[in-house]
Amino acid sequence: MKDLMIRGADIVVKTLIEENAEIIFGYPGGAIMPVYDALYDYHDRIKHVLTRHEQGAIHAAQGYARVSGKVGVCLATSGPGATNLITGLADALIDSTPLVCITGQVAAHLLGTDAFQETDILGMSMPSTKWNIQVRRAEDIAPAIAKAFFIARSGRPGPVLIDITKNAQTDFGEFNYVPCLGFRSYQTKIEINKTDVERAAAVIDAAERPYVLFGQGVVLGKAEAEFKAFLDKTGIPAASTLLGSGALPQDHPNFVGKLGMHGNYAPNMLTNQCDVLIAVGMRFDDRVTGDVKRYAKQAKIIHLELDPAEISKTVKCHHSILGDCKDSLALLTEAVSQKSHKEWMERFRELEREENAAVVQHDITPTKVGLTMGEVIHQVNQYKADDAVLVTDVGQHQMIAWRYFNYKKSRTQVTSGGLGTMGFALPAALGAQMFDFSRQVVCVVGDGGIQMTIQELGTIMQTKAPVKIILLNNNYLGMVRQWQQMFFDKRYSFTELDNPDFVKISEAYGIKSQKVTDRADLNEAIEDMLIHDGPYFLEVVVEKEDNVFPMIATGCSVEEVRLS
Amino acid sequence: MKRYTIFVITENFIGILNRITIIFTRRGINIDALTASESRIEGIHRITIEVTASEDTVIQLVNQIEKIIDVIKAFYHEDEGVVYQEIALYKIPVSKLDGGLEKIIRQHNAKIIAAEPEFVVLELSGHKEQTQELLEILKGYGLLEFARSGRVAVAKRMHTIDSYVK
Repeated sequence: MKDLMIRGADIVVKTLIEENAEIIFGYPGGAIMPVYDALYDYHDRIKHVLTRHEQGAIHAAQGYARVSGKVGVCLATSGPGATNLITGLADALIDSTPLVCITGQVAAHLLGTDAFQETDILGMSMPSTKWNIQVRRAEDIAPAIAKAFFIARSGRPGPVLIDITKNAQTDFGEFNYVPCLGFRSYQTKIEINKTDVERAAAVIDAAERPYVLFGQGVVLGKAEAEFKAFLDKTGIPAASTLLGSGALPQDHPNFVGKLGMHGNYAPNMLTNQCDVLIAVGMRFDDRVTGDVKRYAKQAKIIHLELDPAEISKTVKCHHSILGDCKDSLALLTEAVSQKSHKEWMERFRELEREENAAVVQHDITPTKVGLTMGEVIHQVNQYKADDAVLVTDVGQHQMIAWRYFNYKKSRTQVTSGGLGTMGFALPAALGAQMFDFSRQVVCVVGDGGIQMTIQELGTIMQTKAPVKIILLNNNYLGMVRQWQQMFFDKRYSFTELDNPDFVKISEAYGIKSQKVTDRADLNEAIEDMLIHDGPYFLEVVVEKEDNVFPMIATGCSVEEVRLS
Repeated sequence: MKRYTIFVITENFIGILNRITIIFTRRGINIDALTASESRIEGIHRITIEVTASEDTVIQLVNQIEKIIDVIKAFYHEDEGVVYQEIALYKIPVSKLDGGLEKIIRQHNAKIIAAEPEFVVLELSGHKEQTQELLEILKGYGLLEFARSGRVAVAKRMHTIDSYVK
């Protein structure tokens, strides 16, 4: 009998391998050392990336999960190791990213005694996980991990945390792995209600100015083809949320732009002029809706959504189709009539021309001396591969990069959407690149955000992940400064930064680096960067006080979107 | 704003109560009363939560509670939709026991469930209004201690939890 028993730490690693985990992002420490010891024996079957901070590990796992569509795995020790994961957990929960995080914990007999590096990570992570569990016995490890993977990847994906006491890692237990296929309190498959589909189809068929909003649900539901088929048949204009970008290639004739606070002019304005609004896998975030009391009041709203708690949460919908949008879109496409909406589509194009004249021209072909963030991204578009992944941080550069990046493929958009986590980009880009070294991963980051997780340049050095980092440096916390300019009477309270020599820092990490201050050097620098074999750091000094437009100010309605 | 009773049918899983109450805390909604117990079915627990809120809010609370992985089902009722009861205990010094108090105990259908040399404990089950009424009266009799339970309730409709527990 004893022969069948293995160490809990080995059970952890063997179960991860059974769950097809290829890579772990982590950081060792006392309470997780037995698992690290076990990893030593399995290094040929499962990779491990040693980040420089646990926050880096979890954001890397997020980047990996977003690009691969698989579950990201993250490993940390107890106490500070565990608490350093919290931001990433909250980020993954609000952005529906599947993660399994394993933390070490003090031995069971020490729980609750304020032992060294003991923290109640179960209690702390409860509001920021989809599910969590503490395991105190070796034989409970495999079932807990199997259940964790199932929960993380099924339904609306999300982060899961397993806290394993040290004794459970060192004790021997039977390795009893059985994949989890479901359990009674958790429904993952929702049967699409045919009546709901028929009702929605009738409303769509009768519409004169229907309008589709799509979010990350299309990507998470692997429903890109079904979504495209729906648009092809109905001829309805479609706009994407921040995280929905890439679900539909931007050159698709029905694509009309991006939604929200810094989205495009037409998609925001015309939200209040459509007669039927069809929301697919999106959740009416306040950054999309602006003032909900003045949001699409004239329209019948149809919501295709997997999570029942999202129906009528912020915006009351008239018809909902609950379930996986891969299924509901297919049924809906069958039920609706073939149509085109040429005149209505032309309205979008008219406003697009207005935005081009008022904003886009200034951004991508500027007349000012200083470089704009927009022209940098515009140049990236000229040289990037179709399936290049764009990873961004949070702030002005994020909105500009999103606005101007030409999304052609699904799973090419990696950014912190719901939580708005500065410091996300560098580690997330590393994680995205670790999935596939042959894929172009372009990390666009500001001078504020990069300094929150700049230590991960060390991980990039060690892994040789060929991440292309573009630092857009304006020596300001630009988005906050923009708000101070617009809403706080230009009182620039603590937003200007005295920055280090970023190129020297990056060179110290052995990463090929370049700094551009003149427009004349920009194109060549971007081309050099993208063809370079290995990681590359490009600092571009941009206009110090440039603003992101269009903009819907807080409390304003979508139709109050400003061009300047 | 109205009073609602939320029923939650859950697995018996460590931390489940915490996960549920977090949903109220986040929105700054006060739980008026809460009781938890094992249900008729072994391993399945039922939690009864009393809350004062708008129906829209209650619907969202219930949806978010139901989203918790180990919650099997959550639903809500208005007061008219449930049969409910609360229990109250009152500790009175023996020195105050006189004919007047006896009459009050009788009128309210309260019971003396313990008698000690220095105090007696009265019990009254009923709706909050009833136990509150007795509380106000007994304050005049040197009331030493008072405790009231949360609501225990069953739904009026003929529907059992078995259909959710497969």
